[in-house]
Formats: sequence, structure tokens, C-alpha cells
Amino acid sequence: MYTIIAKELLAPGLVRLDFTAPRIASSALPGQFVIVRALEEGERVPLTIAATDTAAGSVSIIFQTIGVSTRQLGALSAGQRLASATGPLGKPSEFFGAKRVLCVGGGVGTAVLYPQVTALYRMGVPVDVVQGARSRDYLILQNELGALCGQLILMTDDGSAGRKGFVTDALRDLLAAGEAYDLCVAIGPPLMMRAVAEITRPIGLRTVVSLNPIMLDGTGMCGCCRVQVGGQTKYACVDGPDFDGHQVDFDSLIRRLKGFVDEEQALNQQHPCGGLYHGK
Amino acid sequence: MASDRVSMREQPAATRARNFEEVALGYDAQEAMREAARCLRCKNPLCVQGCPVAVRIPDFIASVAAGDFAGAYDAVRQTNALPAVCGRVCPQEVQCEERCVLGRKGQPIAIGRLERFVADWRLAHPQAAPPPAQGNGKRVAVIGAGPAGLTCAGTLRQLGYGVTVFEALHRPGGVLIYGIPEFRLPKALVAAEVQGLAESGVTIELNTVAGRTVRVDELFAEGYQAVFIGSGAGLPQFLGIPGEDLSGVYSANEFLTRVNLMGAYRPDSLTPVKRGRRVAVIGGGNVAMDAARCALRLGADVTVVYRRTLEEMPARREEIHHAQEEGVRFAMLHAPLAILGRDGWVSGLSCQPMALGDADASGRRRPVPSGEPPAEIPCDQVILAIGTTPNPLLVNTTQGLAANAKGCLVVGEDQMTTRDAVYAGGDAVTGAATVILAMGAGRKAAAEIDARLSGRAEKE
Repeated sequence: MYTIIAKELLAPGLVRLDFTAPRIASSALPGQFVIVRALEEGERVPLTIAATDTAAGSVSIIFQTIGVSTRQLGALSAGQRLASATGPLGKPSEFFGAKRVLCVGGGVGTAVLYPQVTALYRMGVPVDVVQGARSRDYLILQNELGALCGQLILMTDDGSAGRKGFVTDALRDLLAAGEAYDLCVAIGPPLMMRAVAEITRPIGLRTVVSLNPIMLDGTGMCGCCRVQVGGQTKYACVDGPDFDGHQVDFDSLIRRLKGFVDEEQALNQQHPCGGLYHGK
Repeated sequence: MASDRVSMREQPAATRARNFEEVALGYDAQEAMREAARCLRCKNPLCVQGCPVAVRIPDFIASVAAGDFAGAYDAVRQTNALPAVCGRVCPQEVQCEERCVLGRKGQPIAIGRLERFVADWRLAHPQAAPPPAQGNGKRVAVIGAGPAGLTCAGTLRQLGYGVTVFEALHRPGGVLIYGIPEFRLPKALVAAEVQGLAESGVTIELNTVAGRTVRVDELFAEGYQAVFIGSGAGLPQFLGIPGEDLSGVYSANEFLTRVNLMGAYRPDSLTPVKRGRRVAVIGGGNVAMDAARCALRLGADVTVVYRRTLEEMPARREEIHHAQEEGVRFAMLHAPLAILGRDGWVSGLSCQPMALGDADASGRRRPVPSGEPPAEIPCDQVILAIGTTPNPLLVNTTQGLAANAKGCLVVGEDQMTTRDAVYAGGDAVTGAATVILAMGAGRKAAAEIDARLSGRAEKE
């Protein structure tokens, strides 16, 4: 179990791993996540399930190699094993009987969006997708998404592909052009999700966001991932990760995401190559 | 004097306050035999009645006194699947030792220390594992590899059942591994005890969250004929006061899991823990003591904040005493009002000074505001150790499984839940309690499951 059967570099620093985990593959639903450990002494890293293959008993994850733990994950190759994978965790996504959905993905968030777009497509619900990235090299899953959605609007910060600008520019234009949706799903950096929620709030367009606070066990045991939603404390791991974007206190989320910045920097200096070749 | 118990060596307080090594060092063979010789070998041993798993205390102590440590271990092991654990973390002073006749005039016999001695002796003198009990062809699924689940699994395996334990975390042990710190219960010991169960034929599937990875209904479909739920009480409570979402505020579960399960106290750990300079721990139970003593060992100046007094604290006296010796401060009669912050980080804890009023339902005197103005305890980290409740996941994903208003699973006299053939015990049923009570429930459930599956229950 947990053997890596495929690995793909989707974009610079953006890796897809497929690994065997039959129980997870057969029970996972869109929106749920797994907690993986690359090595036996490794950190528990929460990652959204990008896809499952029940026949092969495999699960796909897509992640950005930004810290020591994700670099350790990214350094594994096909044939090697993860130390562990736990899941599926969190509540599956709900679509509230929507008739037409707009999905907005930023950066690696697009990978998180993919299973939801797939699910909506299978349900016969028309979907438009706005994808944003730094530049052309960082756009992912264009063919996959293109095959599932009506419009696929690409936005890059530098204009190297699609239109130059942010996903919010595309969102405003769509709404200004009179496109009507009854659900918006926005997944990406917290600042992006907040910006999308602020645009959809005045027109009352229900907006679901998927939150990625710091997590430890992922089963409701530690409370580390608590977020403020509609004035209440919620655990992203068991009450989410999807929440009503108009109710989320993004300031609190962004603040808490910085809770271990100093420790992470110290680790990065200690393990410049991801810790894989040190000791143990 | 003959009636004084043999004392146990400990690391000096000043030394141990800076390391995570075990505080109590245990008896050597001579000390154990001397202590064991004090036992009166009562004909009607009250101590056994005080033990939730009914360890054959006079028998094992007699073996220790005779120098037959292997025999002593076998006697303990008959009813206790985790003796090295119980010898360390059981509150013997309110169980077996409280009933000891010697305690009426002097000090009761040190049953816990002797149990620890025989368990450690066996681990230091390993023998080839006995051949696993012959299978009876029946299978039982156990949810949770904590004290209740491991005990239930070990007992059923001894009776010949095929047992699989499903554990959510990546290491077995439950609270023994994520909650209780290394300096009270070395993790290598927990691993050794679990290894013993594995060698007896118990299968443990880690990283499996019952209710998510596999549902209870699926377990029956997979051929398990009964299910035992020992999933504990892992959901941390918060106070609901302002400032709880500040960075630097931890539940004790988070803090202890980082330190114990993930080893964040080791400099090379990939899982971080914030090392506070001044830490306030809110609560008065054993978990609060564990969190305080961990924070202290990470270099902090630690204050335990409790709304009643030392007298009413639910923590074991020994834990409070150890914490005091090590330099943990106690701010008694302080009820937290708000966690204060600066730039998103904790900067202090505002408290209402309290006084003790009349006794409440628990028999303890109820704390009431003293009338003094709020006081501020300066700190850069706050750890909340005010209790936990069972995780609702299994109730939410299992048909016919009922819980009470506190989220605790409802069981009958026979430990069976409201769902047929699904049993439960430990903190999942009682709410947060002790390791040994959970073990007692696991053992009782195993007997009930055996009675059901062997057909004995119906004949009665």
C-alpha cells in the first residue's frame, strides 16, 4: 500500500503523485482530502484528493513543493512508498442543486477544483472555469478542464497565456456580460478566495471556498485548523474543508496560516535539500 | 520501619525539568523484593476489587517476593494487556492501593511500582512469544488502538478470535502515544506492548479512520461478526472566550500531539511546535499537568491557571507535586475572561479572580467571582486543557448508533451500543476518564462479545 505508481511534473514545483490506497480510492468523494507522510519521521501534510481510480485502487494528489515536507514528497519517485496516507477526510463537496456553476481556481487551487468540476460534469451541470496562474508555465490541467467545461478562461499575471490579469477581472467581466450562475466555487490562495467572495457577495451569488489552514491529525482531534465562519469556530478538517465564502473570516485564517513561519524558515535552512539525504 | 514503602528513585527535579526522559526510575530487583515482602497476602484481597481489570495482585506480589519475576509477569498479564503502561499511569492511590489493608495504619503496598517492575523486567528479559492462540474462525473488528481497543483486542485474541484493530493515526497507542508525554510513559514501552499484541496475532491497520476510510456497515460486510468501538474522546473543547483564534493558542491535544506523537521536542523534528517564553495552561486535570510540564521542558516559564484551588484539582496528587517540584507555577482561583493579543499573537490572559462558594453537583465547592477587578497574566502562549468530548464521526456515519447529549455513545449493561453487535467502551462511552477504566471496559466488552459469538449469551 501507498506505493507510488505514477509521478508527473505538471508545472515548475507542481507535482502529481498517484499512489495505491484501495480503501481511500473506493470511499473518496469530491472535496475530500488525505493526510500523507513522505517519510517515517515526516510531517503530516493535508492534500486534497485530485482524482481516484477505483479499479487501480489508486489516489492522485497534486501539490506545490514549497516546504521541507512537500519537497520530501516531491523527491519520491514511482516505485517508492509514502510512509502513510490517511483518508478520505473532511466532508464531501455539496453543490446545492445548482443549475449552472462558475469555478474559479488560482495556482495549485485549480488542482483542488478539478474533482469538483468532474463531479458537476458527470451530474450534467454546466460549468464555466476561470483559471489563474503566475504565467503560462504554471497553468495546469487545461486539457482536462477544457473537456469538462463550457468556457475555460485563462488568466496570467504576466499575460504569457490567456488574458493578462487576475481571476477576479475575469469574474467581473463574466458577471458584467450577464452570465448567470447559481453557484460559484472558488479555490486558491486565501486572498484570492476573499476577493472572489467580495465580488459575489453584493449580487448574492452563493460562493463555496475550500480552506487550507494548518492541520495536524485531520480528524478533529487537535483543533489546530479552527476557522471562524459566521462568527462560529469550525474545524476545517471535519466541518469543512468547504465553507460559505461569504461567512469565512479570512483575516483570521491568513493570520493563523503564519503560525509557524519562523519554525518553517529554520527548518528550510536546516534541510536545504528537503532533508532526504540527511541522517536517518 | 517495616511499614514504610520502599521509595522509588527519580531524576532530580532541576535535571528532569530540562529533559524528556522518564521522571521515575523504577525499582531494581532488590528494592522490588523488599517492597513485595511487605504484602500481607490477605485471604480476601480488597486490592483486586479496586482494580478495573482485576489483576491478581497478591499472586504476582508473592512471586516478586520469591524472586520469580517471570511468574509475576504471567500473573499480571493474565488480566492486564498493558502492564508497563498501567504500572506508570494508573491512579493506584484511588484504586488498588486505596483498598490495601496496610494503608489503614501506614503506607499501602506500592502495587503500581511493583507492576511496573515486573513489566519492565519482562521487556528487559524478552522470551520467545508464546504461539498465538488457535483461531476459532470468528472475526471481530476493533476501532481505535488506544487502551480500550488494545485491551479488547488482546483479550479476544487470547480467546481465539481473529481481531483487526483499525487506527486513525500513523502509530498505535491512542492517548498513550499522542497524549501522555515521554517523561511519564516512554513511547518505546508503548511500542513494545503493542508489539506483544501483534505477536499474539492481533492485526493492526493504521491510517484508517473508521467512518471515513471504512464504515461500520462495511466491516460487517467484510465478515466481521462484531465491532468494538474504542475511539476515545478526542475532540478538544475551547472556552468560547475572545482571542481563542490568536496564534499561540493551542488545545492541549494539539500541543501534546505535536510534542509527543510528532516528536516536536526533538530539534530535528519536521513538525514544529512553538516554544513559548511564558506559557499559561488553563485547566486542572492530568492533561493540564502534562501540557505544563512539556512546555516547561521546552524552556518556558509556565503557569497553570485554574478557577478553583489546588484542593479541587482533578489531577493526580503525584502529577501536581511533580509539576511543582519542577517549577511550574499555579495561579489558583483565576477564571479566564479573554486571551489578549498583539499583531495576531498572544500577549496575555485576562482572568477574573474567584472565591469558593457552596458545593456544586460534583461535590466540589463552586468558584464564584471574588469581586476583585480582572487580573492579567502576561504570556505569549496559551494552552487550553479544559476537557475533550467524543468525536461525532462514527455516530454521524453509522446507522442506529446513538449518543447522549454530550456525544458519548449509549451502551447497555453488556457494553453493547444501540446498534446490534456493535459494542463500545472507554472514553467514547464515559467521556474523558482514565486509561485503566478504558481498559476495564475493553476487557468487559471482550467477554460480552465472546459470550455472544460463542452462543453462551443465548443459553443463559
